[in-house]
Amino acid sequence: MSRLLLRPAVKPAVFVLALLPFALLVHGVLTRTLGANPAEALIRSLGDWTLRFLCLTLAVTPLRQWTGWHALARLRRMMGLYTFFYAALHFLAYTWFDMGFEWGDIVRDIGKRPFILVGTTAGLILVPLAATSFNAAIRRLGAARWQLLHRGIYAVAGLAILHFYWMRAAKHNFAEVAVYAAILGVLLGWRIWKALAPRYFMKLGSHNAKG
Amino acid sequence: MLLPRHRGFVHPIASDITPRPVFEARRALTFAALAGLAAPWSARAQPAAVRGSPLAGTRSPVPGAVTMDKPTSLQDISTYNNYYEFGTDKSDPAREAHRLKTRPWTVMIEGEVRKPGTFGIDDLLRMSAMEERIYRLRCVEGWSMVIPWVGWSLAELIRRVEPTGNAKFVQFVTLADPAQMPGLRSSVLDWPYLEGLRLDEAMHPLTLLAFGVYGQVLPNQNGAPVRLIVPWKYGFKSAKSIVKIRFVEQQPPTSWELAAPQEYGFYSNVNPKVDHPRWSQATERRIGEGDLFAKKRPTLMFNGYEPQVGSLYAGMDLKKSF
Repeated sequence: MSRLLLRPAVKPAVFVLALLPFALLVHGVLTRTLGANPAEALIRSLGDWTLRFLCLTLAVTPLRQWTGWHALARLRRMMGLYTFFYAALHFLAYTWFDMGFEWGDIVRDIGKRPFILVGTTAGLILVPLAATSFNAAIRRLGAARWQLLHRGIYAVAGLAILHFYWMRAAKHNFAEVAVYAAILGVLLGWRIWKALAPRYFMKLGSHNAKG
Repeated sequence: MLLPRHRGFVHPIASDITPRPVFEARRALTFAALAGLAAPWSARAQPAAVRGSPLAGTRSPVPGAVTMDKPTSLQDISTYNNYYEFGTDKSDPAREAHRLKTRPWTVMIEGEVRKPGTFGIDDLLRMSAMEERIYRLRCVEGWSMVIPWVGWSLAELIRRVEPTGNAKFVQFVTLADPAQMPGLRSSVLDWPYLEGLRLDEAMHPLTLLAFGVYGQVLPNQNGAPVRLIVPWKYGFKSAKSIVKIRFVEQQPPTSWELAAPQEYGFYSNVNPKVDHPRWSQATERRIGEGDLFAKKRPTLMFNGYEPQVGSLYAGMDLKKSF
């Protein structure tokens, strides 16, 4: 599998595949098949895809470790950038089709609806991550600082799920929220466990050595 | 034994024949499922608008009852619905409402009236002359439609049952049958869905008991077989699939007020100056009007029915009685 993932065609194939939801939405707009309220359908669908790519981005490292398919790492940056791509389109669709670029109204709306404030914050955190996603930026920042900055994705995950939860709270409709929360919970929980478990076992180990 | 010669379409039991709305709903369901398979991540497929049996009404003489606004398409009216008994997604009712049995159907009238009783749907269909009324409908969520309803003023029924002097409010109880309504499994609201009006609001000639839309029987997802329409209030006040009308002395509880009293009041009149606590009510998106880039419309006081109904609320603080 790892060898398959190393083939040169994999990256372009994944690139095209990840563009497919966007292409289908554009197709839906052009053929007017997005239902009675196309603006709402577009905004929500772009939000769903942001969340899905966020899950995929965060799944790369755990999957690599569980399966041993280390070549997956080649796709992580692309997944992260697609998360940003769909998040930016989600925000653009909201400001354009819902608010008609009335910036005064948008600012008032953000104040009135906390879930929009939370979503906007998550989107803003993604900007510096996307802007430092090329190799020269890693060299310029230094690997340690770059990694610290890119841990911002964990905050984005928390804010994104809160944004989705709050949005659905109006209808007490939490089934889908629970699915995404569970996925993100596992992906973040695994990282916490990886970070804390070695220290814990080391402590145990040193106790035993003394005992 | 003599067997009848084959004479084309012969069916011994009429009730065995699948009624047109049912098979059309099934067909829509099949198409929706196929489209869903074909494009799992594209936007949801739209089921075709259900075509029902004809129910004509004559143009209403009631002042304000026929707006000049361009009516929304039946396709949009019957596929973009809030009817939580069939699911909270707006496309759920069009998919699920074929489960609703609209016959036999009765509406019970009880409480502070001299002539309580139970009316069958056919009694109600014959009770008064059907009128066509083209009303604006403004949803509390910020979108609106223009809908040509068919029905008659609720006041006709109220006069027949003769409210007593104690009747100050009218409560509407709607169907809540888990066998027909999959959405009842969710705990979004307490079932059955309850609505209410002050007696003078219920008696207003614009308050409609609707049986049809676009010259045909109501599609199930639009509240068949009989629903309330109060055009100057947010859409959720217009209870669907009514089974009981109760005349009472005290202001009755309503479902949304019970669920979130700080967000939804008993009156819920359309009012661009009183925001919902979580969003603005100043503008609305008219469904089907223009494309993606269409500007929203300004929302009108009492949804544009202020000349007809404004006097009902003279002297009231509409910020407090929201």
